[in-house]
Amino acid sequence: MAAREITYVQALNEALREEMRRDERVFLMGEDIGIIGGVFKVTQGLYEEFGPERVRDTPISETAIVGAAIGAAIAGMRPVAEIMYMDFLMCAGDQLINHLPKIRFMTGGKLKVPAVIRTQYGLYRYAAAQHSQFYPAFLMNIPGFYIEVPSTPYDAKGLLKSAIRDENPDIFIECAALYRIKGPVPEEEYLIPLGQADIKREGNDVTVFALSYMVHVALSAAKKLEAEGISVEVVDPRTLNPFDKRTLIESVKKTGRLVIIEPDHKTAGVGAEVAAIVAEEAYEYLNAPVIRLAAEDIPPPFSPKAYNAFLPNEEKLINAIKKVMKYKR
Amino acid sequence: MGLNMSSSISEISKEVLLDMYYKMILIRRFEEKVVELYRAGEIPGIAHGYIGEEAVAVGVCSALRKDDYILSTHRGHGHSLAKGIHPRYLMAELFGRKTGVCKGIGGSMHSTEPEVGVIFSSAIVGGNIPIAVGVALAMKMQRRDNVVVSFFGDGATNTGAFHEALNLASIWKLPVIFVCENNFYAISTHVSRSVAAKEIADRAVAYNIPGKVVDGNDVIEVYKTTLEAVERARRGEGPTLIEARTYRWLDHGMYYLGPYRPKEEVEAWKQRCPIKRLKDLLLSKGIVAEDVLVNIERRVEEEIEDAVKFARESEEPDLDFVKQFVYVR
Repeated sequence: MAAREITYVQALNEALREEMRRDERVFLMGEDIGIIGGVFKVTQGLYEEFGPERVRDTPISETAIVGAAIGAAIAGMRPVAEIMYMDFLMCAGDQLINHLPKIRFMTGGKLKVPAVIRTQYGLYRYAAAQHSQFYPAFLMNIPGFYIEVPSTPYDAKGLLKSAIRDENPDIFIECAALYRIKGPVPEEEYLIPLGQADIKREGNDVTVFALSYMVHVALSAAKKLEAEGISVEVVDPRTLNPFDKRTLIESVKKTGRLVIIEPDHKTAGVGAEVAAIVAEEAYEYLNAPVIRLAAEDIPPPFSPKAYNAFLPNEEKLINAIKKVMKYKR
Repeated sequence: MGLNMSSSISEISKEVLLDMYYKMILIRRFEEKVVELYRAGEIPGIAHGYIGEEAVAVGVCSALRKDDYILSTHRGHGHSLAKGIHPRYLMAELFGRKTGVCKGIGGSMHSTEPEVGVIFSSAIVGGNIPIAVGVALAMKMQRRDNVVVSFFGDGATNTGAFHEALNLASIWKLPVIFVCENNFYAISTHVSRSVAAKEIADRAVAYNIPGKVVDGNDVIEVYKTTLEAVERARRGEGPTLIEARTYRWLDHGMYYLGPYRPKEEVEAWKQRCPIKRLKDLLLSKGIVAEDVLVNIERRVEEEIEDAVKFARESEEPDLDFVKQFVYVR
C-alpha cells in the first residue's frame, strides 16, 4: 500500500472527512470546531466542505453537547462530539457516566447509542491542573462504552473511522503532544478493529506495555537498549475497552517480564489493571516483579521543571527495564 | 391559583375526550395497584407514583401523534401509559420480568417503547432534557416533522442540564417541548425555597422562548396549550416551556417521608381531582351518558387485573440474559 507521512491531526481530519463523505448521518459538534476548525485544528476545513448544519459550533455547554449527541445517536444520527480538553469531560459527567453507557442496557437493548465523544489530554502543554488531566482508568471502570487511545497517525485514523461506524458509544482520547508527530498512513482506506492491541516492536526479553504517548518513549528506549543486547517488545493496547488481554498475555508468556509505562496516575491506573490481569492469568510465566511507571499521584503542576519530573520518561523506563533484566529469584 | 377549567371543548372530538378519560383512569388504577403490590412486596426496588398528576401526561400526549416522541422521568408510569405503552408490559417491567418493556433490566424508573414514541426515561433529575434536545436535533437534520417532549419536574429546572438544554434548543430552533410538571415539591423542598424565579415559566424568558403556565389538573387546558407548542415546533419556530401546576397525592416514593406538606394543602388538591373534573365536564356538557364512563372504568379494572396476571406469570431474567444487552456485538 502506498503510504505517505502525515501528522496525527491530519490523520484524524481525514478520518472525519471520509466518514462524513461516506455517511450523511455523520455530523460534528463542539466548541469552536467550525469556523476556526477547532483549537487544535482537527476539524480544519470541514465547516467549509460540509457547512454549519453538519459542523456545529456549540455554546460552552458540555452537558448539552454530550446529551444532544446521545439523543441524536438514539434517533438515527452518527454524532461525533468534541470536548476540547479531557478535563472538561467531567462537566458532562452525568450524561457521560449515567446516560451514555447505560441507555442501551437499561432499555433491554431496544435503543443503541452510536455516538463518538472525541477529546484530548494536554500532555506537555504545561497548562496546570485543569488542562492536563488524563484519567482513562476511571472510564475503563465504567462498562458500556468503548475507549480508544491511539498513539500514531495510522492508529488515530483507523480507530476513529471504526469508532464512528461502531454501533456502541465511544470515548476517543487523543493526545495534544501527539498532534504534530508524523507517521505513515496509506492513501487507501483502512479500518482498525476495536479491541486489537498492536505489537509496536517485537522483542524477546521484556514486554513494555505502553499507553498512548508513552508508546513513543518505549520505542525510543527499546532502540537504545538493543545496542546493549536487551530485546524489548512494545505492546500498545490501542483500545482500553474492549481490552485485548490475549496479546498482552501472549507477550508476557514469551518474555517473562513486564514493565508498564503510562501517562495517567499510578494509583488505580490502567497499569494497575494490566498488572492484575497478568498476576491472575500469567503469574507462572513471570521471571521478575512487574514495574509500573506512571504519573505521580498529585494533580499536574504547572512549573515545567516539576511537571516534567511528575511524568514517567525514557530514562526511568530504561532503568526499570534493566532492573527487571537483572532480577534474580 | 385562580386558574379555571378552560372554556371551550367544542372543537375537541368526543373520541379524543373519551380517550383522555380512559387514559387518566388507566393511570390512576395502575398506580393504585402499584402501591398495593409494592406494599405487599411483589414489586421490588424503588417506585414513584403519579396519582393526582394524570392530566399532565394525558393532556400532553393527546396533543401528539403516535410518531412524536417523549422522554420521561423517574415518575414515569403515567407518561408511558399516556403515550400508548400497554399496561401488561409496563407492569411486567415493574415486576422485573423478561416480558417487561426493558426486559426487566430497567424497572419502575426506566421505560422504553420507541414504536409508540416512548424513547426512554431517565431517573437522574434533569437528565433527559439534553437528550430530548438531541432527538429533536436529529428530527430537524433528517427533515422530519416529528416533535419531541421532555417531561421533568420543578426540581429539574434547578439543574444545569435544564439551562444548557433550553439554551441549545433555542439557538438551534429545535422541535422540542419542555413540559415541567410543577408539583411544588422536590422530595420535601418547596419551590418557594428552591426556585429563584417568580414562576418556573419565567425561566423561558432567559432563552427567548415562550413560557406558559397551565393548570396541570385541567386536561383540556394542558391539551390545548401543548397543541399550540406542537404547532410552533412543527413550523420550525423552536421550543416552548410549559409549566403545568399539579400535585402528587402520594409521597415522593412509596414511603412517608415526614410532615413537609400541610394536611389541608393535600386535601385541597385532592378536591381538585383532575379525573373528577373531566368527568363532571363530560357529563355536564352532555357529551356522554354516565354509563359510557362506567364502562370505561370497568374495562380499565379488567386491563389492570390482566396486566398483573401477565406480570406474575412472566419469567425473570438471569445474569447471562441481561449480559447480552451492554454492547451491540
